[in-house]
Amino acid sequence: MLDDTARRKLVEVKNLKMHFPIYSGVLRSRTGEVKAVDDISFDVFEGETLGLVGESGCGKSTCGRAVLRLYDITEGTVTIDGIEIGTMDQQTLRGYRPMMQMVFQDPQASLNPRMTVARIISEPLEEHTDLSDVDKLARVHELMDAVGLNRDFANRYPHEFSGGQRQRIGIARALALNPKFIVCDEPIAALDVSIQAQVVNLLEELQDKLGLTYLFISHDLSMVRHIADRVAVMYLGKVVELAPRDALYATPKHPYTEALLSAVPDPDPSVENRKERVILTGDVPSPSNPPQGCNFCTRCPKVMEICKTVDPTTVELAPGHFTACHLYTQTTTMTADNTVAQEAQKSDQQGE
Amino acid sequence: MPDGGVPVLDVKDLKTVFLTRSGEVHAVNSVSFDLKPGELLGVVGESGSGKSVTMMSLIGLLPTPPAEIRGGSVVFEGEDLLKIGEDRLRKLRGSRIGFVFQDPMTSLNPVFTVGFQICEPLRKHMGLSKSEARTRAVELLELVGIPDARRRLRDYPHQFSGGMRQRVMIAIALACDPDVLIADEPTTALDVTIQAQILELMKELREKLGMAVIWITHDLGVIAGIADRVMVMYGGQVVEQAPVRELFANPQHPYTRALLQTVPSVSGERSEKLRVIEGQPPILVDAPSACPFRARCGHAFARCDRENPARVTVGPGHDAACFWNPATEGPRDAG
Ligand SMILES: Nc1ncnc2c1ncn2[C@@H]1O[C@H](COP(=O)(O)OP(=O)(O)OP(=O)(O)O)[C@@H](O)[C@H]1O
Ligand SMILES: Nc1ncnc2c1ncn2[C@@H]1O[C@H](COP(=O)(O)OP(=O)(O)OP(=O)(O)O)[C@@H](O)[C@H]1O
Ligand SMILES: [Mg+2]
Ligand SMILES: [Mg+2]
Repeated sequence: MLDDTARRKLVEVKNLKMHFPIYSGVLRSRTGEVKAVDDISFDVFEGETLGLVGESGCGKSTCGRAVLRLYDITEGTVTIDGIEIGTMDQQTLRGYRPMMQMVFQDPQASLNPRMTVARIISEPLEEHTDLSDVDKLARVHELMDAVGLNRDFANRYPHEFSGGQRQRIGIARALALNPKFIVCDEPIAALDVSIQAQVVNLLEELQDKLGLTYLFISHDLSMVRHIADRVAVMYLGKVVELAPRDALYATPKHPYTEALLSAVPDPDPSVENRKERVILTGDVPSPSNPPQGCNFCTRCPKVMEICKTVDPTTVELAPGHFTACHLYTQTTTMTADNTVAQEAQKSDQQGE
Repeated sequence: MPDGGVPVLDVKDLKTVFLTRSGEVHAVNSVSFDLKPGELLGVVGESGSGKSVTMMSLIGLLPTPPAEIRGGSVVFEGEDLLKIGEDRLRKLRGSRIGFVFQDPMTSLNPVFTVGFQICEPLRKHMGLSKSEARTRAVELLELVGIPDARRRLRDYPHQFSGGMRQRVMIAIALACDPDVLIADEPTTALDVTIQAQILELMKELREKLGMAVIWITHDLGVIAGIADRVMVMYGGQVVEQAPVRELFANPQHPYTRALLQTVPSVSGERSEKLRVIEGQPPILVDAPSACPFRARCGHAFARCDRENPARVTVGPGHDAACFWNPATEGPRDAG
């Protein structure tokens, strides 16, 4: 792998916010907002895969969609291949669409039920290329082969496929225009393990061959470990930890990351029954009303007094290993984090 | 672990085909299984192997045409669900048999609020008043871990994240305390911590209410953690069935064996390339007259091309549909 200085940032996201308004009352007046993505910054290097993991509802899909400007973002900048698209109007954006694509979480909802598979896959080709019909069909067949769909099914409609087969249609379509950057939103969640493996191997092959860059959203931590070069962990609209893959899995720093890793079920019943889990208790906060201080403070097993008032800043603990947690923001806690945290907790309890 | 006892659900020789312009698709071929009260039956198998179609056939959820149920019986509390008629079936579906669909966006109605969709069955089947139904709806949403539940009743499905929609589906399926819950990939969009909560909830409901569960999933880790028994499907058929530990420790069918080897893990060695089961899934245009797995099987021999193996008992509560015996590495004795 290339070292950081030699690597080019293909995607740069700075202070991205995506807030959805909440309307209520008879007059439907604006009474608040859902802070689905709340001040996120990260880069994706050319040719790498950045994994994005986190709790359901924490804002992963919103983040992926905002980065591709499927929404008009609330605040922040998004630069792709040197071009600032964060504030670009949709008309100008259209010209840049082929270079960035998305594979959606809900395959059913994103496939037009009235179109055959061949038409669905060739739709982007119609819109953005002037290939002949023969070439288009050849490309469609090539793409169907690539994602493991039988060519004989080209004239079928989406409802004639199983859930997993439908997801592969979405992937084939996303690949049609040879994009540079693909946001994969839970692309394999609906597939069986062998086909998951096929798709992941395929994504990796395409990456090697075409230099593709992925933002890979998933809650499957074992797959993310396989495919990602670096991993970002989100919690309630914020990135709480970002690290190279091996570092994240071997030495997770943020208590939320620890809890997440400990909850992965093991495919072996004898191990599974013995496993030690960090079970998260406490209130699950809502993104329309995040808690004061650290967003994770209502459920954190290592919570301290400061966490309930001050939002932790992000610190770099090792090269490329970032986390936003008070266990590491004070220099004293960096050397003996656990004892300090425990003591802080003890004094908390005494204080109450 | 519950065993013995009269099954709540008994499925025999179920056959479902789709009539398409390009001919018939034999999606479900002679599938038989049963489900005991309080039991959790895990269903795994290749994408397209007929898991969803099997379960939807059971409870009359497939549009006919294009689907056609060609045979079999599905006995639930003495009644054959394939014979009782749409009205009675609809009633059972809303109250006694809960169902979580694989695709939450299509099964939630985009034009009604989430609250309405949870309250509706509560009022219709449980006779709750409007305010009672709302209270219960908030309770249910909290049970599946949706924060700020009361406010969110007013939201429409598109305002929920993928995993939240899935949990709404689970809440709806559980609303009327069903005897049987059929859950089709109910946690694909959930992260592991929330999934763990849902699995814990299942355990509780099974212990407290004796609810029996059919749980379809691709996640063998989940199966290992919650299933009592596992059924493996391939090419529209059940190819193996066993108690969970037995299946993981002693898989018999070559498909099951291959499946168990493809799983990556969060601990242990990280492989450069993931293992896959080579070859294409079968095209189900005819009723099978040979083993559906033979083209991808490393152990196939002449008989596998001529005959579709029947399920034979290979151990206590364990059966497999295969002519090959992994213990002897040779053909299984005819029988
Ligand atoms: N309406 C339909 N018309 C024709 N074929 C269909 C139809 N619905 C499903 N099929 C076919 O029936 C087979 C079984 O599909 P099913 O949805 O049960 O698979 P599954 O095991 O649930 O797969 P997955 O894990 O991907 O959800 C598939 O080959 C599918 O293509
Ligand atoms: N269009 C919208 N209007 C209002 N709120 C929304 C909208 N889209 C998403 N949200 C809210 O934003 C938050 C984040 O949603 P998002 O879909 O990004 O989560 P996610 O991390 O992708 O979750 P999952 O893993 O369940 O898919 C959720 O609370 C969701 O309800
Ligand atoms: Mg999502
Ligand atoms: Mg299915």
